[in-house]
Amino acid sequence: MRSALKNIIYNCKQATFLIEKRLAGKITTAETLQLRIHLAGCSICKIYQQQSVLINKLFAGFNSEDFKLDKTFKQTLTEQIEKEMNKN
Amino acid sequence: MQNDTGHDIAAKNLHANPLIWVEKYADYLYGFAMSRLRDEDVAKDLVQDTFLAGLQQLQRFEGNSNEKTWLTAILKNKIADFYRKNASRGLKDLKITEAEGEQQDFFDAESGHWNEQYYPKAFGLEVGNPLLMKELGAILNDCLTKLPGLWFSVFSMKHIDDLESELICTELKLTASNFWVIMHRTKLNLRACLQKNWN
Repeated sequence: MRSALKNIIYNCKQATFLIEKRLAGKITTAETLQLRIHLAGCSICKIYQQQSVLINKLFAGFNSEDFKLDKTFKQTLTEQIEKEMNKN
Repeated sequence: MQNDTGHDIAAKNLHANPLIWVEKYADYLYGFAMSRLRDEDVAKDLVQDTFLAGLQQLQRFEGNSNEKTWLTAILKNKIADFYRKNASRGLKDLKITEAEGEQQDFFDAESGHWNEQYYPKAFGLEVGNPLLMKELGAILNDCLTKLPGLWFSVFSMKHIDDLESELICTELKLTASNFWVIMHRTKLNLRACLQKNWN
């Protein structure tokens, strides 16, 4: 435990890894504690964590209504369907 | 059967009416595909493929679900195929080495500290401002297109459909440990890309 703690307290690579694992899945109780200690002393990783959460929100907040097919492409699709139906 | 006209086919399949598919479902299916692919050309191709596959399976559609649900299910399968292909192509992709090289530099190889030029810096924006969020979202989409195919597949499957990690690993033939390495690297790259292109 002691060496695991030492490992994480100064290791931002490991801390950001745990941040991602916690956001998208689960981490162990020991890992939660390690991460908490790291974040208490590392303002850079705290910014990383905020922005990581923001990226997830931005990605999921994608509005599909903003995307419509253009008329030309729809016309092509319609013609293709009509052609296929007459072919069978 | 071979000489049937479209009219006859339509008459035999009262459950579906392909002649109104484009008008009724094309935009919806396109939006569905775009949310998962973030690439207009690929999304268009898959909508087209979906309609054609729908026509071929018309005889089997018995109206147990509605047309929209049925077509969406076909599209979902096409997207899953795309993710798989994209993932296996991604392994040979040149971009993966570039992105990995970049990732190496984020941290000091020995201590695991952030290297100073990669320090995350505050974006300095109010999260409540919808216009700024939209702008940032557009930058994020550009950043997503630069990801190696495999990384994008993993990220999108996890975040849009909220699939279990185990399922994604099976689908894309990944080990759990590879999965988490990819999730980590993807986020590091996206965050750095946002910081670089914001302001």
